[in-house]
Amino acid sequence: MAGQPIRKPTRLEPWQDAGQTPYVRIDKVTKTFGDFVAVDEVSLSIYRNEFFALLGGSGSGKTTLLRMLAGFEQPTEGKIYIDGVDMAGIPPYERPVNMMFQSYALFPHMTVEQNVAFGLKQDNVPKAEIRDRVAEMLGMVQLSAFGKRRPHQLSGGQRQRVALARSLVKRPKLLLLDEPLGALDKKLRERTQFELVNIQEKLGVTFIVVTHDQEEAMTMSSRIAVMNHGVIAQVGTPTEIYEYPHNRFVAEFIGSINMFDGRVVETDGDQVLVASEEAGCDLLIAHATPAPVGSPVSVAIRPEKIALSKEPLPDGDGRNRTTGIVREIAYLGDVSIYLVQLPNGKTVRVTAPNVTRRTEMPITWEDEVTLSWRPFAGVVLTQ
Amino acid sequence: MSAVVAILSRVGLWGRGVVVAIPYLWLLLFFLVPFLIVFGISFAESIIAQPPYSSLVDWLRDEDAGTSKLQILLNISNYFRLGGDDLYILAYLNSLKIAAVTTLFCLLIGYPMAYAIAKADPARRGPLMMLVILPFWTSFLIRIYAWIGILKGNGVISNLLEWTGLTSGPVEILYSDWAVYIGMTYCYLPFMVLPLYSTLEKMDPTLLEAAADLGSRPFKAFLSITLPLSLPGIIAGSLLVFIPAVGEFVTPELLGGPDTLMIGRVLWNEFFANRDWPVASAVAIALLLVLVVPIMIFQHVQGKQAEAGR
Repeated sequence: MAGQPIRKPTRLEPWQDAGQTPYVRIDKVTKTFGDFVAVDEVSLSIYRNEFFALLGGSGSGKTTLLRMLAGFEQPTEGKIYIDGVDMAGIPPYERPVNMMFQSYALFPHMTVEQNVAFGLKQDNVPKAEIRDRVAEMLGMVQLSAFGKRRPHQLSGGQRQRVALARSLVKRPKLLLLDEPLGALDKKLRERTQFELVNIQEKLGVTFIVVTHDQEEAMTMSSRIAVMNHGVIAQVGTPTEIYEYPHNRFVAEFIGSINMFDGRVVETDGDQVLVASEEAGCDLLIAHATPAPVGSPVSVAIRPEKIALSKEPLPDGDGRNRTTGIVREIAYLGDVSIYLVQLPNGKTVRVTAPNVTRRTEMPITWEDEVTLSWRPFAGVVLTQ
Repeated sequence: MSAVVAILSRVGLWGRGVVVAIPYLWLLLFFLVPFLIVFGISFAESIIAQPPYSSLVDWLRDEDAGTSKLQILLNISNYFRLGGDDLYILAYLNSLKIAAVTTLFCLLIGYPMAYAIAKADPARRGPLMMLVILPFWTSFLIRIYAWIGILKGNGVISNLLEWTGLTSGPVEILYSDWAVYIGMTYCYLPFMVLPLYSTLEKMDPTLLEAAADLGSRPFKAFLSITLPLSLPGIIAGSLLVFIPAVGEFVTPELLGGPDTLMIGRVLWNEFFANRDWPVASAVAIALLLVLVVPIMIFQHVQGKQAEAGR
């Protein structure tokens, strides 16, 4: 994972505070299209000023959920409340919500200024005020010089900023963004991530972003809901999602991870000992979710939390350590990825930072190495 | 090596040239040449002979002096006659009026049709468009004769009105301007629906969602988004209806009354009843000039559209 959270660590955590009322409450919402269940009994609470990401693959139901918030789809069952108001039967043009579309949906027959002014005109805002607010918005997205252009005369990044300005000009309390950076190239995407977060913090708008890009979700959002087949697999901060995945799906969807199947042999407080033939050793996990002795579990360990060594380690209890042979090395500059094959054939992925500069690697193909990790490295997954 | 390339490109150019030349040749033979003949006849004089017009070019021989002269006689009085006689001006104006009303009716009926088809389930659009084109499978004349049966006194409409008690006697719609409007609107409707459908169908539905999201009610969104974006279709359809409707002859002849004056009818009368080919040709040329203006507008709009890269 390359993503570093852009947010300052002193952020608010309203979801921790029981006294807070959520700004958006999604209550057991189900949406079916014929036989297909797009969204299956989803409940979510999203608080004011959050940058909330709905993360999932295609067909996970994330976009359907967003479209229900905007009012383009009606839930088959369940309720959506925005600012405490039940949204059932309220058409999109009466909702206190604006949306930035994946395709941007800019009006091709209008200039940039007319596009941005469109929403204000619908509310019969006085002409002079429209002019000022449009100018202010275009200034914010650095497009002041492009007001008289038509969308087809703009680059992809400029169109994206026009779409953002258009969706923010009405000063919505809640902005929905459908894959806002999907059509941009990598460099531009990284820069725009920062811009989006800055704008969101400056304006104090609640953002709900749909994305399939885990890195984007990790970098920008205060919390992430990982969706899979219409169900929420896990909700949490980027750190929680990455370090404490609740299930196999989340663990495997976010970043890369090694999975070892095993059986619980001993529990002691929140320490769990798992015997795993797959790993070729016993696995001791600290701060684990409790599981009954004898139950089958998976232990997930991130590649960067495993240490590689060519020299034999000092004798220990034999836990959290196993040996294998290096089969593949991928040098990525900052880190190297090693694929290590255990005697039983299982391949383990290990990443190690290249801390010193050297042309000859200390560990090379077909070396026999010892893999080891600390008790805090692993996560026990019961499902 | 480069010589081979040069020859190949030449052959390629030659091949392309043939492909372009065939339709040009066709147009030259069957459009430009007849047009020039008609244009020429419009400057001739009507005579009782076969063909019934004088020759423009004469080779005069002066036997005494032993010289010859080439004489070209251009008779422009035919055009003055068009300007001088009320009949022609009225016929032109009336043709424009009938074509304009027909275009308006086609637009008012065709737009909702095209909109509904474009918004229908994609699987149903094909069959629905098929139904729009279906009338073309029957002869045009047969369909106009069917309208006679519908519109005449004691016809379908008349009997229906009488049966519902809305009228006490038979209603004669046939042989009036209204019969011409109905017949022509019916005939030209598909020419309006087809281009409208193709622009409306291409429209991105998320644009309307964006408008709704920004607070626009559906009807206002239609006026500010759908209507302006379908303008190319409206213009194309209107011209496809308007241009042939101005010169329409059959429908007003069969459905119109004796006072339904249209330029097509005048043209026919000059050619076949009066046998005054020069005047008839002048009428035809004048009609062409009247129609060149909307055709130019059409070309201009199409050019602009191509420029916008859509």
